[in-house]
This record gives sequence, structure tokens and C-alpha cells, in this order.
Amino acid sequence: MIAGLSTAIVVVLVVVLVPLAPGWDAVKRSFFDAETFVNTFPTLLRAFLLDVAIFAWSVPMIFALGLAIALARGAQSAALFPLRIFGAVYVDLFRGIPVVLLVYLVGFGVPGLGLPRPWNSPYIWGTVALVLTYSAYVAEVLRSGIESIHASQRNAAICLGLSSRDTMRYVILPQAIRRVVPANMNMLVALQKDVALLSFIGPVEILRQAGIFKSLLANFTPYVVAAVIFLCVTVPATRYADYLLNKDRNARS
Amino acid sequence: MPDPKLSLRGVEKSFGEAHVLRGIDLNIGAGELVCLIGASGSGKSTLLRCMNGLEPVDDGAVLLDGVDIAEPGFDLGPIRQRIGIVFQSFNLFPHMSAYENVALAPRRVLQETDTARPRIEALFQRFGLADHINKYPDQLSGGQQQRVAVIRALAMRPETLLLDEITSALDPELVGEVLDVLRQLRNDGMTMVLATHEMSFARDVADRVVFMDQGVIAEEGAPEDIFSNPKRDRTRRFLASVLR
Amino acid sequence: MKTVLTAAIFSALAGAALADGHCAAGKTLTDGTLTIATGNPAYYPWVIDDAPESGQGFEAAVAYALAEEMGFAADAVTWVRTSFDEAIQPGAKNFDINMQQYSITEERDKVVDFSAPYYTAPQAVLTTETVMAAGGTSPTMDFLKELKWGVVASTTALPVVMEQIQPNQSPLVYDDNVNVTAAIQAGQIDAALFDLPTALYLSAVVVEGGAILGQFDPNAAEDPDQFGALMPEGSALKACVDAALAVMTENGRLAEIEAQWLQEATGVPLIK
Repeated sequence: MIAGLSTAIVVVLVVVLVPLAPGWDAVKRSFFDAETFVNTFPTLLRAFLLDVAIFAWSVPMIFALGLAIALARGAQSAALFPLRIFGAVYVDLFRGIPVVLLVYLVGFGVPGLGLPRPWNSPYIWGTVALVLTYSAYVAEVLRSGIESIHASQRNAAICLGLSSRDTMRYVILPQAIRRVVPANMNMLVALQKDVALLSFIGPVEILRQAGIFKSLLANFTPYVVAAVIFLCVTVPATRYADYLLNKDRNARS
Repeated sequence: MPDPKLSLRGVEKSFGEAHVLRGIDLNIGAGELVCLIGASGSGKSTLLRCMNGLEPVDDGAVLLDGVDIAEPGFDLGPIRQRIGIVFQSFNLFPHMSAYENVALAPRRVLQETDTARPRIEALFQRFGLADHINKYPDQLSGGQQQRVAVIRALAMRPETLLLDEITSALDPELVGEVLDVLRQLRNDGMTMVLATHEMSFARDVADRVVFMDQGVIAEEGAPEDIFSNPKRDRTRRFLASVLR
Repeated sequence: MKTVLTAAIFSALAGAALADGHCAAGKTLTDGTLTIATGNPAYYPWVIDDAPESGQGFEAAVAYALAEEMGFAADAVTWVRTSFDEAIQPGAKNFDINMQQYSITEERDKVVDFSAPYYTAPQAVLTTETVMAAGGTSPTMDFLKELKWGVVASTTALPVVMEQIQPNQSPLVYDDNVNVTAAIQAGQIDAALFDLPTALYLSAVVVEGGAILGQFDPNAAEDPDQFGALMPEGSALKACVDAALAVMTENGRLAEIEAQWLQEATGVPLIK
């Protein structure tokens, strides 16, 4: 009740007071121009489909590679020590490098070595950059999930005669993956936003398209359109992640 | 006495500074039910875990039908099918139904696919869990979960069953149903080693009672000898404290 | 043509005020000083060595000539740096005029003021010798359509590519010249559209094996790309700037500066 009232008061104050500011008309024209909004919306929505596509083909690769790295890091036997070192270096390296730099480095650098078309495509190498970064994060999340499974589960499986491979596949991983679903949901929301970084190396996705409109029309409203489209996707996704997180917390308490 | 099924010779085990097993010699005959008793921390659990190779021993031998399974590099996989173990905390897989818990190892290790199902259903039936076969662990009581854990071990057709304080985590009213299962298995002639605090059960059912104290076997013998006429002072003190 | 005529009329009207030397008086951010903005960094050949204070480079030279014409001595000129976004966002500005190859467009003119044009830029095609070898000596429009194009997002090059060339594959778009040249070098694009002076610079200095495929005749274009000095919307200074530019066009000063700094631009073949 009180919360509702105070919210209402704040909203009313913002709606009433902001337009009274001397620069409001200019700000409104630059950021909230209705005509620009309507005119640029369809093109921006189409550009957003490219974001969705890049996202869609990156996610399976991110999880496959992330899982492989997590398993490499958790390798037990002495013979697999190099694999464990590789996993650790991979995670440190690709979590430490800013995504932007990796997009430039891989997106321009690798094709610059002389790959022929279509193998030098910015779509391919931009995706590789995203996959490298995000698989490092996902690997850490999965590893923490695997380590959170109590050793007694592993012992129980081994004492039944299961191989360590089967123990991981049938006993540890299904529990670990379930446990880190909320953390991975947040990862996906972050990825959805970072997909826009591919525009630095050429692809015209929604933020780039908004930038093009901005310079052609000398108006920032296209960015507002892009923000609205993004919010329509990220807000439900974030809420869903929170919901899963709460559900998991309640289930464990 | 025929050759023992399982034989421990001079088994030593330390965890860091803690010297947990100090030269254990113990023979378990085929079809025998041996109860390990002793205070917490006396080494009962560790001894059980050394018997199936879950804990590697520091020194000594663990002979299964005369073969030393404690040799470094020995392939324990096949051994673990022959020696089942059930833990105090059940350790059921929470993401699988009771049936899936039991069926996993026969399917993956014994390569049984369809043949396992009637066998497993019969086990559930026999131990009074037929109605719960498709439930998940968190839908079962502690006693029911522990019985599923026993069924899971039995489904691998072990020759020997190691039972580590399997009633300790249960509410008192649920202990009976689990002990009933063990009585049935005893009648089947299953070789069993049971670490337990259930003194009356040990007295009623065990063929032999082994009292452990500070990493050594302090006294062993028939239950009536140990419980009615202990020879050592520390056995007497221990029994006085638990039977009070 | 129309703009030149308008500017001429302006100069006739404003002539008297200029004679007094007071046209800009009280109309600048700081009285007695003309604050001019350029890019960060500013590029050759518009500003040499990113040092506009030297007066070296086409825009730097035009800026000082313009200031002089408006009655400001060289030491009364102050330089600041802005990005494109800063220049067009609403709110107070930190410059009197902003010169960084702003193309005059109708939409931009709604938000900010532009002076009369000080340069009409031919659009030129930057590419590599490898692509040139594939296209033969006299490139046709059909050949241009086959190319993979790249442009800088904040320029007017994208509409030119889309409307005049209409390539078969959609162009890639970049933040700045450096990224475009990196993409050319990586073989991800075949060609990019720049104003001719920039294209010449990039092909000669930045892109290894770079080449200019040709230029589009600015006079043939329906809507030629003209650079104007950018001023805040409703700037009182606009009349003074336009008047000064009109005088400079009239007396050949602009053409002189253009010949000095953009001489390489002549002699690049026209694309038909």
C-alpha cells in the first residue's frame, strides 16, 4: 500500500516535473520522437533477428565447449594433468580478456592471416570470439556445479561398479547442470547483449542499425527503439532466471 | 574352517596424522554375518571402505577369495560388483526415481537391459516397496530410502554386502523395517559385514561380533561371549556405556 | 549551385556588417575568441598530424582563413575536440563552429545549423590492387555490384552505396576508418566508399596494396556530398560564417586552399 503510493508519487513527479525543465523539448525531439520511432522500428526489428540468430547458433557451441573445458579441469588422473593445465589456462585467459578485444582480435586478426572467402567471414570469427569468452565463463559455472555435488554421490556410483565416465554422465552431471541453471540463465542474458559487439567488425545488427539511423537522422530515438526491443527479451529472461533461482533456493532449504 | 571369503592381513591406514587402522587381521567366512561394534572414530567405517577398495590401504593385504585386491593398480571395477556397500546416508541419486536408482548399474555395468526389470521389481516387492518403485528419493521416508539403497546394492548380485551404520541416520521407529531386510538376507546366506550401534540386533543375528577400539580389533567372538562375558576391560566399559 | 547563389545574396546583405568587423561580436562563446571543434583524432588531409593549431591541412587552413575573414586573428582561435554524437546531442555546446567533414543533410539540419558548404566531396571507391586486377582498368557499375562493400556508420556513404551502387550483398558497417581498413586487409570486404581525399590518404598510407578504383562525379550526383561547418541550432553566428564563406568563395581563397591541400584529388578517374 505504502509502496504503491510512494511509487505513484514518484511517477507523477517525474511525469509532471521533467517536461517543465527548460531543455525538455530538445531532449524529447532527440530521444523520443514518435515519427522516428515508428519509421525505424520495422528495420530495427529485422536487424534484431540477426542478434537472435547469432545468439541461437552460439549457445550450443558455448555449452558444448564449456562442458568440455569443465571436464578437462576436473580430470583426476595424473596422465591427464596437461589437460587440466590447459583447462585452467583457457579459463583464466578468456575470462580475463575483454570481449571487445577478442572480437577485434579474432574477427580481424584470424581472417587477416589469409583465409579465403567465405572462411574469413566476420560472422564466423565473431562467433568464435563470443564462444571463446562465454565457454570460459560457462566452464567455471559448470565446474562449480560439479564440485557442489557431494563426494558421497560419486562414492555410491563407483561402489556400484560404474566407470568414472558413467559416474560423471549419469550421476554427477545431471545434478550439477540442474543446480547451475539459474547462473547460466544470467549468462545467457549477458550474452544476448554482447552479441551486439559483433557489429564492431561489420555485421549490421540492431545497435549498428540504430547507429546508422542516428547519423542519418541526427536523432537518438532509434537507440530508444533498440532499447525497447532488447528489454522485451531481457526482462522476461532475467525474471525467469530469478524465478528459477528462488525455486532452487526454496527446494534446498 | 573353510577358506575365508574375505581376509584382511595387517591392514594399516592413516589420514594424515590420524592413524585409523593399526594392523587389522580379520577373516570373514562365506555366508557369515559379522557385526563391527565400537565407539565412533574407532575405525569401523574405514575398515569397511578398505574391504571394497574405496579407501586404498597403506599397508597389508585384502584377500577376496585368496586374491589381493589391495595391490596398487588392481582393477577394482569387477570387484565392486561382487562386494556391495550401503552407506549411513543412503546416497541415493536424487534426480532418479527409486527404480532408476536401482536399474542404472545393472544396465551400464552388467549390460542388462530388459532382463533387469522383472528382477528389480521382484526385489522391490520382496522388501515391501512395490508401491514406491517410481517415487523419487525426496518422496520417500528415511527407512524406505535405506531399503532402496540396499536393493540397489543387491541388484548387482553381490556375494558380499558391506553395511556402514545403515540405521544410524534413521528415526528409531524406522530402524526395524531396515533390520528386517537384513534378517531376510541373512536367511538367504548372504555374506555380510555390518558396522552398527544396534547392540540387540548384533546379539540376536550376528554369527560373530568384532569390537574395535582405537584402530585395533580389541576383542572378537560369538555374540553371547562378547555381550555376556567380555574378556577385556575396554570391551566391558564400552558395552556398559551403550547398554546402559 | 543554388547554395552558392544563396551565399552570394547573403554576402551582399551582410557586407556592411562585415566591413565594420563586428558581425561576430558578442555572438561567440567567449567574446573576442572563436572556438572551433574538430574530430578526435583529426585525420589527414583535413588536419595534418592531428594538430589543427598549425593551420596545416585543408580544414585547419579553411578554419584560420574563415576566422580571419570574420575578424579573428589567428591567436584568437581556440580548438576543442568533439565526437559526432557530442555535436548533435541536445544541450549546450562547447564550440562556436565544428568542422570535421560534416555532410549537410536535411535531417541533420533539423537538429543543428550548417554553414554554407566549404567543400563538395566526390565519393571515391577505396579497394585493393588485387580487386582492381580482377575488375580490369575501366570498372563498370556491374562490377561494383558484385563487390562486398564496407562503410563507416556515421557517414553518408551508406545511402550512396545502397541507392547508387545497389550491391548484390548487403554492406558491412564499421565504427571508423581504421576498422574499415582492417576489414579490407582481412579480405572481408572488397571495397569501401569514402570522400575522395580520405580515400586517397587511406590507399596511400594505411591499406597495404590499397588502390582507388575511381570517383563518382559530384556534379552528376542528384544530391552531392557537401561539407559544412556545424553550429548549434539557431546559432546567431551562422549569418557571419556564411557571409565570410561567400567572400572566400568569391575571391578564390577557398579554391586556393583546396588546390594546396587536396591537389591529389584531381586526376582520379570517374566511374560511369
